[in-house]
Amino acid sequence: MNLQHYFQQLSTDYTLLIITLGTGILGGLCGFLGSFAVLKKQSLLGDAISHAALPGICLAFLIAGVKDTHWLLLGALVSGIIGTVWIQGIVSRTYLKQDTALGLILSLFFGFGLLLLTFIQKMDNANQAGLDKYLFGQAATLMAQDVQIMLWVSLISLFAVLLFWKEFKILLFDIEYAKTIGLPTKYIDIFLTSLIVLVIVMGLQTVGVVLMSALILAPAAAARQWTNKLWIMVLLATLFGALSGISGTALSASYSQMPTGPVIVLSASVIVLFSFIFSPKRGILMREIRFRKSRRAIKLNKALSLMYRIASKHENVLAPHGKRMLNDFKGYSNVIFKKLEQQGLINYRQNSWSLTEKGFEKAANLYNQLGKDE
Amino acid sequence: MNNAQIEIQLIAALVAVACALPGTFLVLRKMALITDAISHAILPGIVLGFFITHDLNAPLLIVMATLTGVLTVFLVSYTQKTGLVKEDTAIGLIFPALFSIGVIMIALRANDVHLDVDAVLLGEIAFAPFDRLVWLGVDVGPKSMWVVGIVLFISILILKFFFKELKLSTFDPGLSASLGFSPVLLHYGLMTLTSVTTVVSFEAVGAILVVALMIAPAATAYLLTKDLRKMLFLSAFFGILSAIAGYWLAHVLDASIAGSITTILGILFLGVYLFSPKKGWIAVWYQQKQQKLEVSLITFLLHIHNHDLASERHIRHLREHINWHDVTANAVLKLAQRNNFINIENGLVSLTDKGLAFTKQAITYIMDNHTDGIESMKQKFFLFRG
Repeated sequence: MNLQHYFQQLSTDYTLLIITLGTGILGGLCGFLGSFAVLKKQSLLGDAISHAALPGICLAFLIAGVKDTHWLLLGALVSGIIGTVWIQGIVSRTYLKQDTALGLILSLFFGFGLLLLTFIQKMDNANQAGLDKYLFGQAATLMAQDVQIMLWVSLISLFAVLLFWKEFKILLFDIEYAKTIGLPTKYIDIFLTSLIVLVIVMGLQTVGVVLMSALILAPAAAARQWTNKLWIMVLLATLFGALSGISGTALSASYSQMPTGPVIVLSASVIVLFSFIFSPKRGILMREIRFRKSRRAIKLNKALSLMYRIASKHENVLAPHGKRMLNDFKGYSNVIFKKLEQQGLINYRQNSWSLTEKGFEKAANLYNQLGKDE
Repeated sequence: MNNAQIEIQLIAALVAVACALPGTFLVLRKMALITDAISHAILPGIVLGFFITHDLNAPLLIVMATLTGVLTVFLVSYTQKTGLVKEDTAIGLIFPALFSIGVIMIALRANDVHLDVDAVLLGEIAFAPFDRLVWLGVDVGPKSMWVVGIVLFISILILKFFFKELKLSTFDPGLSASLGFSPVLLHYGLMTLTSVTTVVSFEAVGAILVVALMIAPAATAYLLTKDLRKMLFLSAFFGILSAIAGYWLAHVLDASIAGSITTILGILFLGVYLFSPKKGWIAVWYQQKQQKLEVSLITFLLHIHNHDLASERHIRHLREHINWHDVTANAVLKLAQRNNFINIENGLVSLTDKGLAFTKQAITYIMDNHTDGIESMKQKFFLFRG
């Protein structure tokens, strides 16, 4: 199957449609809520939460004895929240730093989850098959019922964010101010984090524990490069997330043996890379171009002011001078002469140059400013 | 115990110590999460190396994977330097991308290569004794034991010779740079060591549990001591302890050894986190409570000192005056009485001589903005602490 084939299949193959829809919605939702996580400087919290969810999934299975998605998600949710609370406890009660706390919870919970997982696998329970899919996720297991849950969570998040837009915004950008005007910052924070935990837990089934955090982070980090406005960023992140979800599914469905989760993450990474390089305001490429431009402008001004210094020593300031007079000027080159002539600042002949009136005026201005600074 | 069991425990203990040493510095340098990044991001390096050598212990594979680890660190700091995203976001962007590439590489060549993603991610130390090193026709033990052992030996040597430099650059990077120790060199040196350790521990414990072995013993030790040397020894000790205890836990439960080791580490950390005498959760909670009560006591004494009128000093009046809860007010009164700071007659509170002396000294300290003197004053006057 190739890409074209995939899109043809999409209209007829119900399973494929559900999976595409599911990953698209999931990606969009991750981007949507991820924007808040990134701006709150909690980029890696998602990583910790997704790993911390594993023991919850296993314990839920051990208690319930069946592989019911709702139960497992509930277990994941509970242990994700316990992990988050413990991280906060470590940071506030001990002097271990945020990064250590995140790394600790992430690895310790995951290790415990692994212990449970291998314990369950040896238990000889036919039901357990597929539990380890939560490690890397498997989009192919998505069913209409899962997509329905995703839709509900999306609606709830959308509603909540629209309702508390102002509060969220203040919390993100000026938490001190939010406190002084009496906003319950602690509860808003908990609410926002719970939403993020919820979406992470939902994504585990599709993308898996290991790569879930990237889906939260990448669309938001990419969107951040294109705008300074929160609502545009959230919108873009949603779009980018959905795009990487769908394109990841399309690619992995088109080529056999391509795992969905990693392909989704790679698609998101490509969007990030593109944004980093080509974003018009912050991008690396535009920054380099701006840098070169201003360096050239400085060179031209330097040449012009040197010419002014020479010309102003003569009675007729517009008189021609030999090219050699500029020889002690290091940056001097034919390119500079030509550029200056193009801008109408000098007249340039075979071996001599002279300032035009416009050039003289500009240089005088430049020179005066230079003098003032000194 | 049979031979294989002893060997597994030995390898686990070696891995634990090898991880704990660089881990200590990473925790102190606030770079704990870089281990998470490295351990995931070296996957493409390992896979590529495995395609070429077909042996997880081949030197070429170790070199390639280590280089991938250092490349990751470089990429993270480059991304961060562009100023487009914060450091943690940079970490979170780079390693999943590299890890994904690794997983896809494995998936695409799944048929002709015997390398399982699960094994790479989770490790399987139980198989380590089967891969023997034969030297001059003599079986000298499992290969991975030698590989990990050599890396551990190198880290101990580095630690011995560069202890001063590492210590200084960890606690005072500014001073260390001005003394001429290149921060870049030390940083990348430590990162290379971390990468090598991660690579050789990989087979035994897998990508994510390397993180646990690096961070958890160091963090646990950090809650118990402030001395770098002691911290190193303690974290090595915790590593060995959990390696051996974890092995037996796995033996009993018939579950993953790596998972059991991590679980033991988690229990150790939880125990220290709750019960560490000075920095544990309970100790800190108790100290904070004590502080609160003692500050209240000083406030209360100052208040009494300022009011001579009998009506102002009545117990019931006090409660509404300072606006304390009954519980707090009672606790403060009781503490003051037990320390002989006040007398209560007919419901009237008055300072004793000792209380007066204490209050006066407290006032001078507060007026001189010399508030840390109050702690030593407490030592002198208090019979009972809050």
